[in-house]
Amino acid sequence: MSTATLDAKRTSFDVKKFLANNGALVGLVVLCIALFIATPDFLTGRNLLNIGIQVSTVAVLAFGMTFVIVAGGIDLSVGSVAALSAMVSGWFFVNAGLPGWLALLGGLTAGLLAGVVNGLASAYGKLPSFIATLAMLSIARGLTLVISDGRPIKTSPEVSFLGGNLGPVPMPIVILLVSALVASFLLNRTVVGRSMYAVGGNAEAARLSGLPVKRIIVIVFGLAGLFAALAGLLLAGRLDSAQPQAATGYELDAIAAVVIGGASLAGGLGRISGTFVGALVLVVIRNGLNLLNVTSFWQQVVIGVVIALAVGIDVLRRKNRSS
Amino acid sequence: MSEHPVLTLKQVSKSFGPVNVIKEVSVNVYAGAVQVLLGENGAGKSTLIKMMAGVYQPDGGEILIDGKTVSLPTTRAAEEHGIATIHQELNLVNSMSVAENVMLGRTPTRFGMVDRKALRQQARAALDLIGLDVDVETPVGELGIARQQLVEIAKALSINARILILDEPTAALTRHETESLFKVVADLRQQGVGMLFISHHLDEIAEIGDSVTVLRDGEFVAEVPASTSEDELVRLMVGRSIEDQFPRRIAESEGSAGILAVEHLTSKGKFEDISFTVRAGEILGISGLVGAGRTELIRAVAGADRYDTGTVKIRGKALPKGSVQAAIRAGLGHVPEDRKGQGLVLDASVNENLGYATLASSARMGLADFSGQRSRAEAVAKTLRIRMHSIDQPVRSLSGGNQQKAVFGRWIIAASTVLLLDEPTRGVDVGAKVEIYELMNAITEAGGAIVMVSSELPEVLGMSDRILVLRDGRLAGEFTAAEATEDKVMTLAARDVNEEH
Repeated sequence: MSTATLDAKRTSFDVKKFLANNGALVGLVVLCIALFIATPDFLTGRNLLNIGIQVSTVAVLAFGMTFVIVAGGIDLSVGSVAALSAMVSGWFFVNAGLPGWLALLGGLTAGLLAGVVNGLASAYGKLPSFIATLAMLSIARGLTLVISDGRPIKTSPEVSFLGGNLGPVPMPIVILLVSALVASFLLNRTVVGRSMYAVGGNAEAARLSGLPVKRIIVIVFGLAGLFAALAGLLLAGRLDSAQPQAATGYELDAIAAVVIGGASLAGGLGRISGTFVGALVLVVIRNGLNLLNVTSFWQQVVIGVVIALAVGIDVLRRKNRSS
Repeated sequence: MSEHPVLTLKQVSKSFGPVNVIKEVSVNVYAGAVQVLLGENGAGKSTLIKMMAGVYQPDGGEILIDGKTVSLPTTRAAEEHGIATIHQELNLVNSMSVAENVMLGRTPTRFGMVDRKALRQQARAALDLIGLDVDVETPVGELGIARQQLVEIAKALSINARILILDEPTAALTRHETESLFKVVADLRQQGVGMLFISHHLDEIAEIGDSVTVLRDGEFVAEVPASTSEDELVRLMVGRSIEDQFPRRIAESEGSAGILAVEHLTSKGKFEDISFTVRAGEILGISGLVGAGRTELIRAVAGADRYDTGTVKIRGKALPKGSVQAAIRAGLGHVPEDRKGQGLVLDASVNENLGYATLASSARMGLADFSGQRSRAEAVAKTLRIRMHSIDQPVRSLSGGNQQKAVFGRWIIAASTVLLLDEPTRGVDVGAKVEIYELMNAITEAGGAIVMVSSELPEVLGMSDRILVLRDGRLAGEFTAAEATEDKVMTLAARDVNEEH
């Protein structure tokens, strides 16, 4: 085969390849067009801002989850850790009387610590991450209830600012975009990020090549905890209060977003952009169903089907490519 | 041996997309005979086998059983025609007993419950077919690879297999185990089973085979008697003659300094009191039976596992126990035994796999050095002649030999001066083997030192300057390249151990 035909093939392949590698994005576009046709309420400035705000919490949680899933683990505790972080922050502000910005940092630190504990239990305690984080799911939620005595706590103005507006733009959207850039930078550009792919792809090969696998696992879960804390503070900021039952079940949304975005639960694969699209797919479906007056009961059914379809198609696609 | 073949592939072809993997190849398998299928990796052997096993359908040509054209749309159909395949990766459930494995899918029942007595009896009968004497209640996982393979053969025969396809059955076996497998094969030949045998060990062919079909690049090259000389077989397979299967050029000068010194290394239950030094320019071979502690020793020296007592020194500096990172910093590189399980991240690109050992050391302020890495990887891929479409393709899609070169390449980029090689040419075809040997020459000529563990005696004898023999975790002796022979090494490695079996 001559080089000319090879080159021709490569360019024509690229469009195909792009579509094949971005199935979730194609799905999202189709979904948006369908909703645009179905209801005039979809493509309005207010609704789009609304979607942006709703996606921020899920996406920020899911960015943290992406690190974990790329490194071959799973983190079931992010919802509870988000609630705990917000509650710790509120407690620092209201009960301990710390300045608001310090209370905000305290909340982030709490999330980071919970994540690091997950990482230590998984890397050094040899617990499967499923189990370690299942335990943390319960522990963090329990601590949230202990601290708050089951009642909401008011957040500091600094935390409330996270849920407010920056000029015409809602802060959650700003934070969402900044954290997407940071997460993507960490995963793609840094040594630690590249190591996550190696650890998730084959931990033993990574170790024998001299990568500090255990340290990387601790960092990965620490980051997931930190992003969870940020999501928790965003959520609390919107409500001006930390709720003891906040973010319950959000870990499943986060995992779904990552998986719809093309990551493999077996590890070694996944991108922040994919996760972003995955989170958008989830939120846009919910938003659309709301606009179309579908009950929340049926929404759950639809979301479940979408997750199964998205991953099913992905599995088929990979199978076709490898054979 | 009967006149008519039991199984014939007649002028079969197969393509995947635009790639012709098999071009009009014919193979005959006769009852009571062993047909050897020979070819380098990528020659099309596995595609051919998969056609016989009902996994792939030929695009052209036909498959005949007892002279009648058949189609094998599924593996089930192949089984019904009496064709059984013993793959390299065994199809056994480790936690289940030998009996349950043999009868898997056909478990005898009484009133809907497992009939354990019938299960044991039928399994026993199957094992007796090949004279395998194990307790049928033993979990399969507790047996060694060799016996697991025999269990699988027994299972195949108990489903009335008349045609047995053995895909590299000896790749993971010791010499001793190989001999017992060959006894079983000889028995089956008496019983009239037709066999197709695949092996990379040329020396086994005359011993086990009747006739040899040679493939190259998906094409039929020749059918020759199994007694054909090894050199001739290599020439047919590779398409050119390989001057020297083991092109060792001695690089050390007598006075060169020791680089790696291992002193009284002990890891309880694995190996005990092992001491040796390796000089610049030297290849030290380590031989011994499987289970003698060879891999364990190499892993301990590489920092992959911790050991109990003793020291490992590189250029006089002791390395901390169990630290791969410290070992790498001191200039050590480890090519592990299991390339896919321990050497490579299969879904990652060739580029990334080449760069793992230098990911951190080449980084600036925690940021990976992408452009530098790419140019280093491209340079190394070129010198090592890694055959690939692109440096960004997943390493999974390379052939075994090229995958192995990628593991080597990682250490060349890291400028390692002491290489520990564990089975460096396992599953690598003849042409690539010689390239790997030449690479070892180049490393030692540049003043590096190599320790090589291998189960292939000809390789140890052909490439080492000095040979250590391990037996039961202890040093049993040492030979220079000049004085070592296969007999001497085997006698030392197997003494006492044989009697225990």
